[in-house]
Amino acid sequence: MATIDTLSPEPEAHDDHGHDHDHPPWLAHHFDTPEQQFDSGKLGIWLFLVTEILFFSGMFCAYAMFRMLRPEIFEGSSQFLDTKLGAINTGVLLFSSLTMAWAVRCSQTGEHKKLVVMIASTLSCAMVFLGVKTIEYSHKWGMGLLFPGAYFYDENNPHPTTEQLVSQHGFSENTAYFLTHSIYFLCAPFLLLLVGVVIWAIIAKVKKNDFQFAVAKPLVVVCLSFFGGVGLGMILTGSEEHAEGSHVAAAHHDAGEHDHAGAGEATESIAATYTEPTTFNPASDDAAVELLAESDLNTGAKAMLLAQEKQAELASGRVVAPGEDVDMGIERIERGVETKRQAGVFFGIYYCMTGVHAIHILGGIGVLVWLLVRAIRHDFNRQYFGPVDYVGLYWHLVDLIWIYLFPLLYLIR
Amino acid sequence: MSTAVTIRDPGYPTDRENYLTNSSGILSWIFTLDHKRIGMMYLAGVVASFIVGGLLALGIRVHLLRPDGVLFTGPEGNNIYNQVFTLHGAIMVFLFIIPSIPAALGNFLVPIMLGAKDVAFPRLNLSSFYLWCAGAVFFVSALLSSGLDTGWTFYTPYSTTTDTSVILATLGAFILGFSSIFTGLNFIVTINTMRPPGMTWFKMPLFLWATYATSIIQVLATPVLGITLLLLIAERTMHVGIFDPEYNGDPVTYQHFFWFYSHPAVYIMILPAFGVISELISVNSHKHIFGYRFIAYSSIAIALLGFLVWGHHLFTSGMSSLTTIVFSALTFTVSIPSAIKVFNWIATMYKGSISLTTPMCYAISFVFLFTIGGLTGLFLGTLATDLHLHDTYFVVAHFHYVMVGGTLIAFLGGVFHWWPKMVGKMYNDMHGRIAALLVFLGFNLTFLPQFLLGSRGMPRRYATYDPEFAFLHQMSTYGALLLGCGLLYALVVLMISLAKGKRAPANPWGGITLEWTCTSPPPYYNFERPPIVGDPYDFHNVEWDAEGERYVLTEPERKLAPEETPSEQPAHH
Repeated sequence: MATIDTLSPEPEAHDDHGHDHDHPPWLAHHFDTPEQQFDSGKLGIWLFLVTEILFFSGMFCAYAMFRMLRPEIFEGSSQFLDTKLGAINTGVLLFSSLTMAWAVRCSQTGEHKKLVVMIASTLSCAMVFLGVKTIEYSHKWGMGLLFPGAYFYDENNPHPTTEQLVSQHGFSENTAYFLTHSIYFLCAPFLLLLVGVVIWAIIAKVKKNDFQFAVAKPLVVVCLSFFGGVGLGMILTGSEEHAEGSHVAAAHHDAGEHDHAGAGEATESIAATYTEPTTFNPASDDAAVELLAESDLNTGAKAMLLAQEKQAELASGRVVAPGEDVDMGIERIERGVETKRQAGVFFGIYYCMTGVHAIHILGGIGVLVWLLVRAIRHDFNRQYFGPVDYVGLYWHLVDLIWIYLFPLLYLIR
Repeated sequence: MSTAVTIRDPGYPTDRENYLTNSSGILSWIFTLDHKRIGMMYLAGVVASFIVGGLLALGIRVHLLRPDGVLFTGPEGNNIYNQVFTLHGAIMVFLFIIPSIPAALGNFLVPIMLGAKDVAFPRLNLSSFYLWCAGAVFFVSALLSSGLDTGWTFYTPYSTTTDTSVILATLGAFILGFSSIFTGLNFIVTINTMRPPGMTWFKMPLFLWATYATSIIQVLATPVLGITLLLLIAERTMHVGIFDPEYNGDPVTYQHFFWFYSHPAVYIMILPAFGVISELISVNSHKHIFGYRFIAYSSIAIALLGFLVWGHHLFTSGMSSLTTIVFSALTFTVSIPSAIKVFNWIATMYKGSISLTTPMCYAISFVFLFTIGGLTGLFLGTLATDLHLHDTYFVVAHFHYVMVGGTLIAFLGGVFHWWPKMVGKMYNDMHGRIAALLVFLGFNLTFLPQFLLGSRGMPRRYATYDPEFAFLHQMSTYGALLLGCGLLYALVVLMISLAKGKRAPANPWGGITLEWTCTSPPPYYNFERPPIVGDPYDFHNVEWDAEGERYVLTEPERKLAPEETPSEQPAHH
């Protein structure tokens, strides 16, 4: 109200007519009261979150559709995702939500020190998440578990060398080098960031710039957390590697004695075998698939069997225009084309969903750093804590989306 | 008693108050947070895009003057034709129609009609303008690199295989989408939290209701377009296998995703036009709007129903017959709120004292053209006739009647209506009316023949045609040239007014909404104190002041104190 009364038709200067004694510096000139400003921001951020949900909804729809169309692909391919890493990341994000909520509380009560600690902890958790994600991604890229356009997973040689990628899969040398050494490429920007922040901290310390040093100090910890996440992921995948190798082998060996509980693993190994039509070996695997296909529940194995028959027919040249096969509908025709690309559909959706989520984590890191700087500057007080609140809401949404992604991609089998 | 009437008129702004002149230099425009300046920059931007898109349209029509094509000949001719109609569509939809009324007129009008000092987030507002610019740059670079020939819908699988610059154009559309989301978000928050005391929901001018409904769609639908285009880019660069059948994707999924945004987007284009027309008709009939609440609610109803009808673009794409029937039925429900509006406008004009000003000429054209556009939509919503008319010129004519006959005409009407407010200059009303007449005639001559062409089987997007269609195509081409002349005429009228126009009074048309209580142009702070809010369509206190050639708000004398000293005796004696 104050601004309006003091607004004279001949103001002293343009565009800053709001700065009179009753208008605190953090209250924008076009708002009358702090409440109006806070309510506007709150409504704005909720609307923004609605747009975010709708943004992700497109991918959730795609997930639901392709899962419905090709359940066996989803079941088989999700075996490749490391539940342990996913669970760790879920825990890390949940913890970061706690520290974020705590940060909001601290900003409301005016505890500046604690607020800085809480924001820095949230940032560190975000970095740990990205570190673990780096391990997950680079691991899969090296194995060729990629989107359909580049999928090259070969069960007999899950970790091909650069030369093999060039000679067997037709990648250019640069791409092949990137795929086999992706972990270094993914870590490099964060390493640069770490070095930059450390240098900044040292300079600030030497120049006795207390504010800059206060900002750089927590950021060093934050950048280090990324490598903490990478280390954590490496330790966990190291042990997992062994287990995975053995269970694939076991699935092959004991295929004959498999019960329904083991069907998932078996399907995976079969899918891996048949993803490459040239290595198709009916003699050794037929028995296992037929056994699995006896159960009506095992649609995956049935589809495999159907695919196998179709391929055998193709190979023997028996399929040349049988009248009844021509108009069997799209569904049947697609199932008949079992190529390695089909498994890639799962990974296409996996990379889109987790990738866009990771971009949101990066965006969150950006705004949290901004909050950190402002918190160290003591910008927030009992009356003005809106930005912390809004970023907190955004961060909870990013967390929530992961809470949905984790079971959908990693757990449901 | 004759002198007892007091007149309220804000007079003219000083140079220091005037939002156009209170600060000068190019930087004061580039970094401005004033919603009115941002609105004017949007206006310049959308008009420039419209000129580019319009020239492309003229290219198409001139090419179709002869059955074997006139302009784009030679071995690459058909490809060039494909690129021209694609860019015409993409530029008109993404760069012109979607931001035209909501972003250009909306930015100027929403806070000032509401009685607020600015939108809720002025910096976000400026950033959405720059996002619009960035999107435009992407479109221009697509145009300059290898062009674009997918049609503005980017349907897969063609868009994942063509070697034109789909990625540049879709990135452009993606960025423009965010511009649109932020504008919508800003308006929703502004209307919810920035209303001054006394401005209740049902005292808001109908333009604000329409803007609010539009903003809801912008916020809810545009993100889906964003993710769709992002997935399309991923499909093209990495083959993620969601839309491309070669990698086990499903192209019909793309169509569903695309139209889930783009059908509501049709209402992003037309709803603000409804708002403009409600204002123009009521002000120029000098009569209270008929059925205020019905018009207000029907905007919201259209916004919500608009989300349920996207499937009518896919009738021939292979959906189940049950789905098509459901979508067809839902499509018809949209006609109810649309018809409510048209009937209410006509009822407003009935027994009104109509001033046939330039804006009113556009408003009346709008009612005619939108009605034709709306009614021909019913043939396309009906399953049996749609199978015949799908992808013919009938569709082209239908949506041009709604988009051009509806949105563009309303945009022109709005610009002419608020031009004195925006720039503080009056244009020559007679020339404005002639331009409006030319636009009306040219438009009908262009698109009425296309209904006939379509129902006789002329498919859309063809560079050449059977000689039997030549006469109708020629009519259409001559109409387009006439339409172009009319639009140019209108532009010239406005430009001349900038140089030679008379100084505009605060209230040249007799409007009662809050922007007319400001000076023309408004001061940069909009209102010194929160304005007094009354019924936005109660014209009782507006009178024509022939001397000043302006309308003024009159206030009958109010007795603030008892006239005489009270009598000695108490009244009840």
